[in-house]
This record gives sequence, C-alpha cells and structure tokens, in this order.
Amino acid sequence: MSFVEYGDTIKDGDTAIVFLGHESMFPVKVQHGTVTQTKYGVIRHSTDLIGKKYGSKVTCSKGGWVFILHPTPELWTMNLPHRTQILYSTDISIITMMLELKPGSIVCESGTGSGSLSHALIRTVAPTGHLYTVEFHQKRAEKAREEFREHGVEHLVTVTNQDVCKSGFGVSNIADAVFLDIPSPWEAIGHAKSALKAEGGRICSFSPCIEQVQRTCLAMEEYGFTEINTLEILLRVYNVRTISLQIPDLGKAAEDNSSTGFDSSNPSHQGSPCANLQQGTVQFKSGVPLREVVGHTGYLTFATKNLV
Amino acid sequence: MARQPLLVSLKVKGFVKQEKMHKKKCLFVCFLKIIFEKQWFYLDNAIGHVYGTTFEVTSGGNLQPKQEVEETSTEAKEAGTDNRNIVDDGKSQKLTHDDIKALKDKGIKGQEIVQQLIENSTTFRDKTEFAQDKYIKKKKKKYEAVITIVKPSTRILSTMYYAREPGKINHLRYDTLAQMLTLGNVHAGTKMIVMETCAGLVLGAVMERMGGYGSIVQMYPGGGPVRAATSCFGFPREFFDNLHEFPLSRVQSLLGGTFSAEPEEMPLLEEESNGLSEEKQQETEEEPAEISPAEEQDTMDISLNCLFCCSKVRDKQIKQWERRKKLKEAAALLGEKNADGLIVASKFHPTPLLLSLLEFVAPSRPFVVYCQYKEPLLDCYTKLRERGGVINLKLSESWLRNYQVLPDRSHPKLSMSGGGGYLLSGITVLLEQGRAGCGTSEPPKLEEPSSKRCKLQDLPC
Repeated sequence: MSFVEYGDTIKDGDTAIVFLGHESMFPVKVQHGTVTQTKYGVIRHSTDLIGKKYGSKVTCSKGGWVFILHPTPELWTMNLPHRTQILYSTDISIITMMLELKPGSIVCESGTGSGSLSHALIRTVAPTGHLYTVEFHQKRAEKAREEFREHGVEHLVTVTNQDVCKSGFGVSNIADAVFLDIPSPWEAIGHAKSALKAEGGRICSFSPCIEQVQRTCLAMEEYGFTEINTLEILLRVYNVRTISLQIPDLGKAAEDNSSTGFDSSNPSHQGSPCANLQQGTVQFKSGVPLREVVGHTGYLTFATKNLV
Repeated sequence: MARQPLLVSLKVKGFVKQEKMHKKKCLFVCFLKIIFEKQWFYLDNAIGHVYGTTFEVTSGGNLQPKQEVEETSTEAKEAGTDNRNIVDDGKSQKLTHDDIKALKDKGIKGQEIVQQLIENSTTFRDKTEFAQDKYIKKKKKKYEAVITIVKPSTRILSTMYYAREPGKINHLRYDTLAQMLTLGNVHAGTKMIVMETCAGLVLGAVMERMGGYGSIVQMYPGGGPVRAATSCFGFPREFFDNLHEFPLSRVQSLLGGTFSAEPEEMPLLEEESNGLSEEKQQETEEEPAEISPAEEQDTMDISLNCLFCCSKVRDKQIKQWERRKKLKEAAALLGEKNADGLIVASKFHPTPLLLSLLEFVAPSRPFVVYCQYKEPLLDCYTKLRERGGVINLKLSESWLRNYQVLPDRSHPKLSMSGGGGYLLSGITVLLEQGRAGCGTSEPPKLEEPSSKRCKLQDLPC
C-alpha cells in the first residue's frame, strides 16, 4: 500500500481507513499486536486486519461491523488530523486541473499546512514528478515529513522549512506549477515566477478574502503573468430520500365517490409520483439539499507565465 | 523523421479552438489556412515559436509575433465622472461601416483602427475612466486580431468543449470533469474502466492523468469508440499501447461466462474472400508455361492484380485477426474483475451501466458516474443500495463562479453557468455471497440516516 499505488491486502505498517458508516470513518496505522477501539467493539490488527483484503468487512468484538478501506488522498483529506485549516477535495480537484498537473509534473507549494493538498498533488505527479513544499512552521514541517514517510511517498516530495516570501521555494526554473495558500501571496509572486520554468508554467493562489485576491492579481500583472482568472467552486451535496406528501382534503365536487381530482392513472411509472389514495399520500424520490452547506472556502486565482 | 501531429489550440481573446495538423517532413503546415472567428490566417510562421507566443494577424494573413506595447499611461486621460449627460443615440461614432472597412482594407493595424475609433467618438472623453477602459477593451477584441497558440490540455479542451460544443459532451462542465478525476483517484499505474459518450474528452482527461502508466479499457456502444477529442490532446503514441476497448453489447456475455472473441455471425464477406483468395492463388500458380509475349504482358497484369487482391484480402484478414486478438485482451483484462476504478459519463441511463460494469471493479476502489440530469442518479443510487457492495455514496453537483478582479471593480462576472451536471460517487466493498438482491448490505446503522422526524415524513432509501 501507498498513497500512490494500490495494494490488495492489508499489511503491517499500512495506513488504512476504518469505515463505520455514513460519513463516519477514521485512519488507523496497522501494526501487529495492536488493537483499535471502535464504538462497535475492538479490532485486533493481527487477526482482523493483516492479511485481509482491502474492502473487507470486519466484525468487531461487540458484534457490529466496519469496512477497511485502502487509503486515497481524498479519504485522507476527510480524516487527517488538522494542524491548520485544510483544502477539501472540491478545491483540490479544480486546482489540479487548472494547473495542468499530471505524472511527471514538478510542483511547488506553500504552505504545507496539514498536508491535505500535498497528498493529492503527490498522487497526481507520481511516479516521475516531484513536489517541493515549503512550510514556515517547524513542527508542521516535521510532521509533514513524517506522514509522507509513513504513507510511502517520501521519494516524491521535499519539505523545506523556511518562509517562502523571504526565501522562495528553494528551487528555480524547474516547476511546471506553483501553488500558494499563504496570508500574503503577493509577496511570494516574484519567488513563484523564478521557481517556474523559463518556458512557462501555471500559478494558483488561494485566498479567503477578496482584498488579498486584488493585491495578488495586481502583483501577478506586475510580474508579467497572463490569463489571470479568479473563480470559486463549491460542492452541493444531495441526500437521496423517498418523500411522502399528503394529499389535502378538498371535499367532494358532487355526491358520488369519485376521487378529488388527483390523477393516479399511472401509479407504477418509474420516477413519477405514485399516489396512494387510501392513505392520501404521494411518494417520490428526491435529491434533497443539506440544511447547512459550505458557502465559501476561498477564491482561486490562476495565471500563466509565458516565455514571451 | 517520425510523423507527429502538431496540435495547436488557438486562443483568440477568450475563445479557444483546436486545430489538428499533421507534420509531414518539412512540408508540414505550409499553406494551411485556418478560418476562425471571422479571421483567417496561415500558421506557417508559428512553427518554431514556443507555446504561449502571441501573434498578430497581418493583412496578408500571416502571423507575426506581437510586440509588447507599453500602455501610454503617462498622459493624463481626459475623463468624465458619471453618465448623467451621455445619451446613447447610436450617433456618437463618426466613422461609418464603410470608413472602417476602408481602413481595414488599407492594411491599417488593429491598434490604429481602435485609436481612430476613439478619436472619432464624440462621447469618449465624457465617459468615466472605467467606461473608457471597457470601451477600449471591447474595440480591441473586435479589431485587433491577436492569436495565442497554446498547448492542449484537459483544462484547455474541457473549457473549449463546454463553451463551444456542450452538446457533444452531454453538457459536462469542466469543473465537474475535474471533480470526477479526483473522486475517481485517477492516477498513474492503475487499471481504469471508462465508459463515455463525450467525444473522447473524458477518456483523454483520464489518459492525461495516467501519463501512459497503467491501462484503460474503454467501453463503447455501437460500432466503435469515438475518440475525436482524445486525439486533440497530442499524446505520444505509447499512451495508446495500453488503451483497450470493449463493446457494451458483449458485456452481458462476458459477465455470464458465454463470451467468445469469435464474431457472432459469420460475415459473408470473409467466406467469400477466403474462397476468392484461394482461387486467385491457384490462378497465379497455374500461370507459368505456354504464354505468348503479348498474353504474357496481359497475364502479368492479371497476376499482379491478383497478387494485389490477395494482399488486400490478406490485409483484411490480418486486421480481423488483430481485432479479435485485441478483443480477447480487453475481455481478459475485464475478466480479472480487479479494475481500480470506474468512470462513467454518457448519454445513457446510468443504472444499467453501473450495475453491470461495477462487477469488473475490485473492492475498496472508487467509482464516479456523471449524468446531465439528477433524476437518473436518484434511481441509480437506489438500485446500488439494493445491490449492496458499495459505500460512501454521494450525489453532488459543483457550483462554479468566475470573478472580475480589477481595482475598485471587483465582482462576480455577469454571466454564469446554470448547471454543469451531476455526479454520483462511491467506493466498492467486498460484496457478500448469497445476497437475495434486496435489502442493504450494510446493517441498519449504515443506512442513510432519516435525520429529524419531519412533517414531510422522510424515508431513508
């Protein structure tokens, strides 16, 4: 197992994801002799995990069961221990595509933060690319290095502990793309430009506030970036539910027992409401939006560096 | 010199188009005329320049690298404060259509024409600075023929297709495609199953993210896979070595164990040509003696024709054999039932596709289905719950907004895409044996929670 290569069976030392149910999961470090507590009971690594196929159902000591999943950057993003506010897969997806990342790409990133985006970038540029990530907080930089090692991707990433605004990314003229998620990205645009290849590349800056975006766009223009474009992306999730609505009693038109006008001639048509006149309800399937959703994460500004 | 298609995406102030040309030795794109957005030009002069170079179209239709012109910001621009006195009577521009045409015919540069328009506009200096900027931008877009040649990529092609030919890609918006690639954990070294009717755009996007490592089996309806958009990416030949295709019409037989690579009906043509080739061979063998010189010439011609026919027929047979071989390979790849992911984006109803194609996917692997409409995915979700063997089902839509960021003029852009399609994603798990096909594979606790008891009487599906 690694975050860049699928494995079939759970091995000692793997990071696996324990799935308990709807949106309830957590990562676990598989180790001989260890046990993991869950609300359904105990999981014994040696007997319940090691040697089993990923995707297996594991029964816990109290009788309930869980699924053990192979880790992916997306599952990691949902379950990693937060040291900072992180980027979620929705933003990560558009960043990856707009920066034109693919196997072999060289990417520079700052700040590393909790490593959410880092894992996704590493996965995309593997096996021949590289991620240079800069984090000015020493402990966070160390923790990131440790996690990359545990996840089997340390050969694809270099973590540097410095301030990107002062000292840049530590490399020059080699990157296909640069990503900035820092408080003052305009101070790092110059460094970003020198990190990018001479022939050109792409840059992205993520900022929660529009004022930061304005200053960053100006800086990008000053440094000769083109195709400057700002967007934001949000995910709308729908819960699939069967809904039953009551038919109101509107009384009767005449003395006879004819129905109150709701046409139920086709009760079994797939997808259309089926009226149950005895109970006075209509049932249908709906994709119901969540009550509270994420309304804003940050603005994403992309631009291109060209040779000319 | 190896033949490699020279692929170019043309960007004209906001629009992107793709043109494919084939490089044939040195005579490559000479004289190839591109007609695009009411402009026409030859691409000859572009060869040799770096991607990202911006060109101007000269009067002869030739491309010339654009010189960076310093905006004259030193002179104080005369401008008004607001539009209370500006009347739009359509008469503020003194140059007529004919005047402008005359300027264009004279070969005056676009920049000059814009300058002329400004000087001949009675209301220009009354406009606010912002309005003047907007006016200049608009005129430049119309009269300055500026072309930037960019390298194709998923970003470029998906935005292009969505803007210009959304019908061809089932209105799959580019951010939705981006979500699919990430949700599907598309990366190098995997075995992916792709089923799409998006002109090959989704396939190309998957191939780009796999970088030539791993393998892809593309499922296709009808006679063959459509890969029009795929060829626009400019992938090296090696990328196609591990790209396989398999007809949807044979999926049931493959799942049922009755699949065979032999053709289902005996094509008459084959039999006929078999017989013919044998006949022809006999003829040529019988050729040798007793022929007069004149006849000899004739028979030479005939025998050459025969040989030609024979070789054509043989070519056909070889092609058929190769096709059968590829089909067997694809079937074998699928038959292992250990694909690392499934991507579906088609005009077909997603449920039957998912229910059958998921059989080929290994446990603990992601799958993503795109549909232009929400309702079929509601049905798909329900059927998948009944089938079991999937968890973390999520029905989603992504919302995208572009912004104009200018000093004192920052706001979301005026027009926005109303919808970019819907996605259903999930993860496979080991399907338990002996399922009756109804009820969920997960114990009650794992069902979608019926949250709060609402007056609407929600029921979990």
